[in-house]
Amino acid sequence: MLLPTPTSEIDSENANEPFVKLEKVTLTYGLGDRAVRALEETNLSIQKGDFIALVGPSGCGKSTILKLVTGLLRATNGWVFVAGREVGAEPVRVGMAFQNPTLLPWLKLRENVMLPLKIVPPFREQYRRKRRTEFTDRIETLLAQVGLKGFSDKYPWQLSGGMLQRASLCRALVHEPQLLMLDEPFGALDQFTREELWAIMQELWLTHRPTVLLVTHDLKEAAYLANRICVMQARPGRIIDETVVPFARPRSVEMSYHGDFVDLTHRLRALIVGARADKETVQ
Amino acid sequence: MNPQMRRRMASTALIIGFFVAWEVLCLMFGIKEIVLPRPSQILTTLWERLPGIMPHAVQTLYTTLVGFALGIVFGVLLGTFIGSSRLAYDVAYPLLVGFSSIPKVAVVPIFVLWFGAGTVPAVLTAMILCIFPIVVNVATGLATTEPELEDVMRALKASRLDILLNVGLPRAMPYFFASLKVAVTQAFVGTVIAETVASNRGVGNLMMIASSNFDVPLVFAGLLVLAVLGVVLYVIFSFIEVRVTGWALRKDEFAMA
Repeated sequence: MLLPTPTSEIDSENANEPFVKLEKVTLTYGLGDRAVRALEETNLSIQKGDFIALVGPSGCGKSTILKLVTGLLRATNGWVFVAGREVGAEPVRVGMAFQNPTLLPWLKLRENVMLPLKIVPPFREQYRRKRRTEFTDRIETLLAQVGLKGFSDKYPWQLSGGMLQRASLCRALVHEPQLLMLDEPFGALDQFTREELWAIMQELWLTHRPTVLLVTHDLKEAAYLANRICVMQARPGRIIDETVVPFARPRSVEMSYHGDFVDLTHRLRALIVGARADKETVQ
Repeated sequence: MNPQMRRRMASTALIIGFFVAWEVLCLMFGIKEIVLPRPSQILTTLWERLPGIMPHAVQTLYTTLVGFALGIVFGVLLGTFIGSSRLAYDVAYPLLVGFSSIPKVAVVPIFVLWFGAGTVPAVLTAMILCIFPIVVNVATGLATTEPELEDVMRALKASRLDILLNVGLPRAMPYFFASLKVAVTQAFVGTVIAETVASNRGVGNLMMIASSNFDVPLVFAGLLVLAVLGVVLYVIFSFIEVRVTGWALRKDEFAMA
């Protein structure tokens, strides 16, 4: 082949380039007097296969960054690049799990998880042709992995919130995304379910190595899962600190009760409290 | 006896009671059949003259269903268009409201002028009467789709068509089926209006002729035929509605299917 395919071109040319890059990104909601600046000149680089957590007080623009990287929002100023291209044009499979499960109420669990395979190439073409049973098997395996074995024929309203959130996670993962966006997906779950899902998440990341951007309120969650934690400040939202998490993988929940781990979360907590106090003195 | 059975029994008894009261009151006050025929007279007339009424009933049903089918096709297309584009919504909505405010009797002569008397004006009248609720409901269903559900699709880089087919239209289905129940009865009204004004067939025409002959029991027999047809179609569409959009009602019967 004389001409490289677009994907390989991206891989070779930008081997050292970050997979996701925000350059001087500003975002303003609303117009005129009502305008609220959600994000102020933010820079962020994420290498391919990295796991980044965004933490900070509420309303600091964490979710906004996710929406910018997925192209759900357009930056008011600055640039968002994914795989070396401006967001929207890149041939990258993106998976996203939201705070709410956002499953489609008219579809059974299996069909809900199937949705990305119906939409995203190259699965889209396969879905049209023949591979449905294969897809169904894959979905059953995935659902079993998050503890939803035997529920694939249920409708969303027949299940509890925790189960829906697990299913929503499956939907974010089923098309093997290169870029995974998690917007507090474990926020509404009880502690033990949450810890169970952390372990599953870590395992999935270690096997498939997607690039993950996780928004969370839970510092323990951030320290357990991420390679690097970005602390944000509110109004205007911006990243005020980046911390590399040094712990070896696979990590366990048990680790989170030991010295280094506690020190790390303690330091992060102080930073966020500072960011909040800062906000209050400014206003 | 379970509560559901009791409810059914009570409603059936009340409906039958209504007709019994009608019968008894007419007898008590000696009301002539030329003013208000008794239910028993209406049923007898219907039974005796069924061979004569039947072709008209078939004609009316046929016309209504054709008009209704056209109404669904154009209603869904128009509703989808209006519901998925802000500009189309702003432009078409006032036009639609204005158009639907026109008394349809006034429109029939125009159709007759264009297409001649007969079935075509009746089909068109049925269509324009039933199209409005369909358009409005489909458009509302689409326009009120939760942005979060669309975000799920947009994060997957789905095209607008994908979003429409996988989220918008399924989301609008309960609205669509709710509108069908109204629309099918409206289609009957449209057909009968057109038949009364300009046709030589159909229940509307039958009733016109009967009333000019002071054959009041036959007029009422015609009304009864229309009412029964309307109820039957309403029931059919209610049944389909539960089957297709049970997720919105969270019916367990739906989950079992």
